[in-house]
Formats: sequence, structure tokens, C-alpha cells
Amino acid sequence: MSAVVHDHDHPHGHGHDHAHGHDHHHGPYGGVMRWITTTNHKDIGTLYLWFSFIMFSIGGLMAVGIRLELFSPGLQVMDPDFFNQLTTMHGLIMVFGAIMPVFVGFANWQIPMMIGAPDMAFARLNNWSFWLLPFAAALLVLSFFMPGGAPGVGWTLYAPLTVQMGIGMDLTIFAVHILGMSSILGSINIITTILNMRAPGMTLMKMPLFVWTWLITAYLLVAAMPVLAGAVTMTLTDRHFGTTFFNAAGGGDPVLYQHIFWFFGHPEVYIIALPGFGVISQVIPAFSRKPLFGYASMVYATAAIAIISFIVWAHHMYTVGMPVTGQLFFMYATMLVAVPTGVKVFNWVATMWKGSLTFETPMLFALGFLFMFTLGGFTGLVLAIVPIDIQMHDTYYVVAHFHYVMVAGALFAAFAGVYFWLPKWTGRMYNETLGQIHFWLTLIFFNMIFFVQHFLGMAGMPRRIPDYHPMFELWNKISSLGAFGMGLAQLLFLYIVVKTIRSGEPAPQRPWEGADSLEWTHLPTPPPYHTFETQPVIK
Amino acid sequence: MATNLKTENRRLSRRLTIVAIGMFGFAFALVPFYNQICAALGINSIEQAAEAVNTQVDTSRTVTIELDSNAHNLPWRFKPLVAELKVHPGELAMVEYEIVNVREAPVTGQAVPSYGPQNAGEYFKKIECFCFTHQTLAPGETRRMPVVFVVDPKLPKHVNTIAVSYTFFEVAGRGGKG
Repeated sequence: MSAVVHDHDHPHGHGHDHAHGHDHHHGPYGGVMRWITTTNHKDIGTLYLWFSFIMFSIGGLMAVGIRLELFSPGLQVMDPDFFNQLTTMHGLIMVFGAIMPVFVGFANWQIPMMIGAPDMAFARLNNWSFWLLPFAAALLVLSFFMPGGAPGVGWTLYAPLTVQMGIGMDLTIFAVHILGMSSILGSINIITTILNMRAPGMTLMKMPLFVWTWLITAYLLVAAMPVLAGAVTMTLTDRHFGTTFFNAAGGGDPVLYQHIFWFFGHPEVYIIALPGFGVISQVIPAFSRKPLFGYASMVYATAAIAIISFIVWAHHMYTVGMPVTGQLFFMYATMLVAVPTGVKVFNWVATMWKGSLTFETPMLFALGFLFMFTLGGFTGLVLAIVPIDIQMHDTYYVVAHFHYVMVAGALFAAFAGVYFWLPKWTGRMYNETLGQIHFWLTLIFFNMIFFVQHFLGMAGMPRRIPDYHPMFELWNKISSLGAFGMGLAQLLFLYIVVKTIRSGEPAPQRPWEGADSLEWTHLPTPPPYHTFETQPVIK
Repeated sequence: MATNLKTENRRLSRRLTIVAIGMFGFAFALVPFYNQICAALGINSIEQAAEAVNTQVDTSRTVTIELDSNAHNLPWRFKPLVAELKVHPGELAMVEYEIVNVREAPVTGQAVPSYGPQNAGEYFKKIECFCFTHQTLAPGETRRMPVVFVVDPKLPKHVNTIAVSYTFFEVAGRGGKG
């Protein structure tokens, strides 16, 4: 931490007030207090990343449990109640505990370095945003040990089941409140940082696309998360305070819950996807050694996706009995999403066109993303068509579809980002061979799990049921074997990361010659604890 | 400059907080909004009273109405006086349900209708129904309640039987106070 290049001429642009004053060695505290009290964006980014890996492992174990039960028809391993609890918690933990925090981790590490800011705008708040998360996660996991167990209602927490569940449901509601609070605070911080703390000359349209996608995502979070908080608050008052928002007896309507939930839920899909798009938009140009094709159209496409995401929610609920006019509106609006998304996929492919491509692990994951995510997008278009959706609703086809966009989309983008920036963050290079093995294992096992689920869904196998007709057995066996393999492959990922941190080869300042954002061009590897205290001037 | 930035940051964060709080309120605003939409478009029509209109009785068709009743977690005995009846489309008909509160306390309930086949609901026009309002029963009270209805002659030809099922739910938190 000693060779701090930009540390000699202290400007007045401190976005935070650290206790060390202006001495030249601002190292962190030692030991565990460093992590509890830290207000440093890099430390907090690291915390987010490790937290999400832990939650990813817990959620992954639950998925393995689900696939274990589905290995054979009939009930073998667990009772149906516990199966329902696993599917519910797997969804909640992966969405709120793994995928969302991993991208907030990227945002914390990267946004200040990419826009030339010394830290996040509200450093103390940043600490708090993170430390809310372990408590929410603890509530979720603790709900398993309550009388009646964790809620078994599905991650969407649909009424009226949620109104009837045991006390585990209340813990989940509070966990969702806390997670929402954390996301909203984090988003306010990110928006303020991006809008107010950019280096001189870093205009909005010069920002790396990762920063753009996060700016738009943060706005989505501020607009959507409070709606979810409202929906679960109504559930809570229905449960305990005699209100009847969702109780038909008191004049309420369970379908109302679905409308409110999906008003949050569909923007949430893009909250998960957009930062991944941002990562891919950094990785593909770097390994194509060409600037991103169609930068401005990428920005506008991202904004368009965000806006359209607020008018498509009812495509999750075509079967509730809405009028045909409503179904048609939501069908066309949903298909409209394909236009800006298509612009993005086109631009990524055009970036590679005539580029000098190399295929290191980040690029492999980016290409895996491109193929698999596009496939998930296509099945999304299929499901957008009302008469087909009514057939496919609540079958494994839907499960396959959203895992293609969530896992092969968001998770592959996160892996691409980790391999891309790990040398910068740790100062050490990961083992390229092991990284590529991790990629191929993940890709093959992922498709083994989920590709066959398209067949199951089209043959009519319903989701969220622990038992199935014996005719579905073959594809379920393949799917389960894939799940076990994918779980094991992630142990390799953990090994690669730990080995890099402990004994990786020292990495140069700019290990990827095509990477050209500020963290590569202006900062040493690893970056000092405090960076850009003197903001660079961008031409 | 540093203080400026701090003020700017605080101002922006205040605005964003207001947006977040506003969106929390928006979730609750959706409740009356959806009710208005449903009323305006007539989407939840199975729970609303129909106008009695002068219709031609279609004596060429006979539709069987099967009656069913459930009390969901309620200390009530609830049953129709006849299990089924036959009507002609367009003909005004009445059935009666009997309900007994067996609890030693007043209870308020609300009946919710459902139909089989599901979309027969819009052709089952209720002129009068106990399901339009909350019902409060004194301890041990027995009550007979009518449903006056017309089956719409526009009922699709292939539907010969309509199952009408009422489920009574306790209106929680009212303690029998209506």
C-alpha cells in the first residue's frame, strides 16, 4: 500500500471523511475491524463479492437438493413441504443474495475507478448498505428453523398462500424489507457518485458502458424496489393486522398481489441483466481489440429496455383471466423488448467483426453469455405469445427460459467480470488453463441441466412439484446429473480465486492489451487503497 | 469545491429518497387504481349485481345448475336447499341457501362465488345474491338467503351444466361487527 502514485497532492475533492486525516499512509485497520468499519469502496466491493459467493453456494446447495429429489419419479429424499421451501429459498437467495450483490460488488470496485472518482459519494452509507445484507440473509436462512419451516410459496411470494404460511413467512417479509432497503441505499449512492463525482472531462457519453448500465439499473432499483416493499407490507398487514388487500373475503383480490409484484418483478429482471450487459460491453471490446461498436446506440438501447420493462409486467400472468385486449397489449409490449436487446446483441457481434480476437477465460464467458443469453431471449419471445404461454405456463419450459437469462446471462457475465478484473483487483494473474476448464465445465453442465428442461416443459411437466410422471425420467436424470456437475465445477472456481489471491503470478498494470478504461490506463496493479484523490483530466 | 460537492450530493440523495418513498406509496395507490379499472371495464363481473333485462326465454334449451357450498375455516353450516335445478336460458330463477352459525359468538363472513366451467360465470347473471354483502350472524342464528339469477341466453351452446359454488370466508378482524 506504499507506492501511492496519485497521493501526493491532496485535492479538496474528498467525497468522504476518513479518520486518518492527511497522512501519507492511509492503510486500512488490521483484522476483522477493517471489514466491519470500512468505508473504502474497494473493501466494500470485496465484501459484496464474497457475500454473494457464499449466498451462491447456499442457493446452489438448495438447487442440488431440488435436483436430488427430481432424480427419480416418486418421493425419495424429502417431503413435498421441504421441497417447496427449497424452491422458494433457492429463488430468493439466488436473486437477492447472489446475483444482485455480485453486481453491486462490481459497481463498488469499478465505478469510482472507471469515472476517476476517489470513492463512492456516501462512504459511510455504503458500509451500511452492505452490512444490512448479512442480517437479511440470516433471517432467510433462519426461517428454515421456525415452526412450519421456511415459506414454501415460491420466490414470487404469491397471495393467498403467503397469508396462510407460518412464522417463517414473517422472517422472509422482513428479510425482503431489509434487502430492499440495502438496494435502495446502494442505488442512491451509485447514482450520486456517477452524476456528481466524475473526473473533469468525463462526460456522460464518455463513460464506460458498464457505468452507464449501472446508472440505469440504479434508477430501476429506486423505482421498483419500494413497490416490492409495499407488496410484502400489504401481505404482512393482511397476516397480522386485519387488512384484506389480498383476501377475497374482505373485498381484496389475490390477483392484485400479482399485479403489484410483477410491477416490481419485471424491472427486477433487467436490474439483474443490465449490469451483466455492462460487463460484457467491457470484455468483448477488450478481447476484440476494437472499440465497442455503436456506443451511443448501446446507451439508448439500455435506457429503452429500462423504460419498456415497466409496461410488460402482466406477461407473467396471462392465465389469471385478463381481457384479451390486455393480453394483446402485454404481448406486443413484451415483443418490443426484443428490439433494443437485438440492438445490443448486434453491437456485440459487430464489435467482434474483423477484430483481433483472443479467447482468454473472460472472453470465453462473454461468448458463452452471448450464445446462451440470446437463446434465453428467444424462448422469452416464444413465451411472450399468449396462446403458447397459456400452454407453457408453469412448466419446465419457463424454468429453462429464465435460467438461460439468469444463469447463462447474469451469472456468466459475473464470471466474465471476475476473470477480467481479478488481475487488477488482486495484482495477481489467475491460472488461465484452470479458468478455461472452469468455463467449459460450467457451459457443458449448464446446458445439461437446462437445455433438456425445454423438452420436459413442452411435454407438459409442471414446475415446483417434487414428483413427476415416469415418462419424464430420462431428461430429469440428465438434468440432475448436470446440476451435480455444475455444483462441483464451482468448487474449481473457488479454488482458482483463492489460488490467485495467494500465489498467482504478479499481473502487469494492463494485462489485457485491448482494455482501455481508466483503471487499466491510469492505475497500477493492484490499485492502491485510495485512488484518484487527484482526479485525472479526460480529454 | 469540496463543500459544494457535499451539498450537491446531499441534495441529489434527498431527491432520490423522495422518489423511493413515493414509489412505496405508489404500490398502495395501485390498490384503488386496480379496483377502479376492474369496475370500469367490468372485469370482476361475477361479484357484481346484474340488471334485470327483458329477455326472451329460450325454451328450446335446458341448463342444469348444480349448487355447491363451502365454509372456509368458519364455524358455519352452509348448504343449498336443493342440490341442483334445471332452468331455461332467459328464465328468472331463485335458489335458497341455509346457513347456521354454530359458534357462541357473532361472526362476519363473505361468500365468494366460483363457476365451473370457469367462463360460465359471465353468463350467470345474479340479480340478487347474499354474496354481494358481508353477512353477520348472531350466535346460533340460522338464516335463509336467496340467489335470484338469470342464465344469459348467449350461453355457448356446448355448455349444458353450470356448477355454482359459494365459499364463505370469515372477514378477519371484524369480530362479527359487520
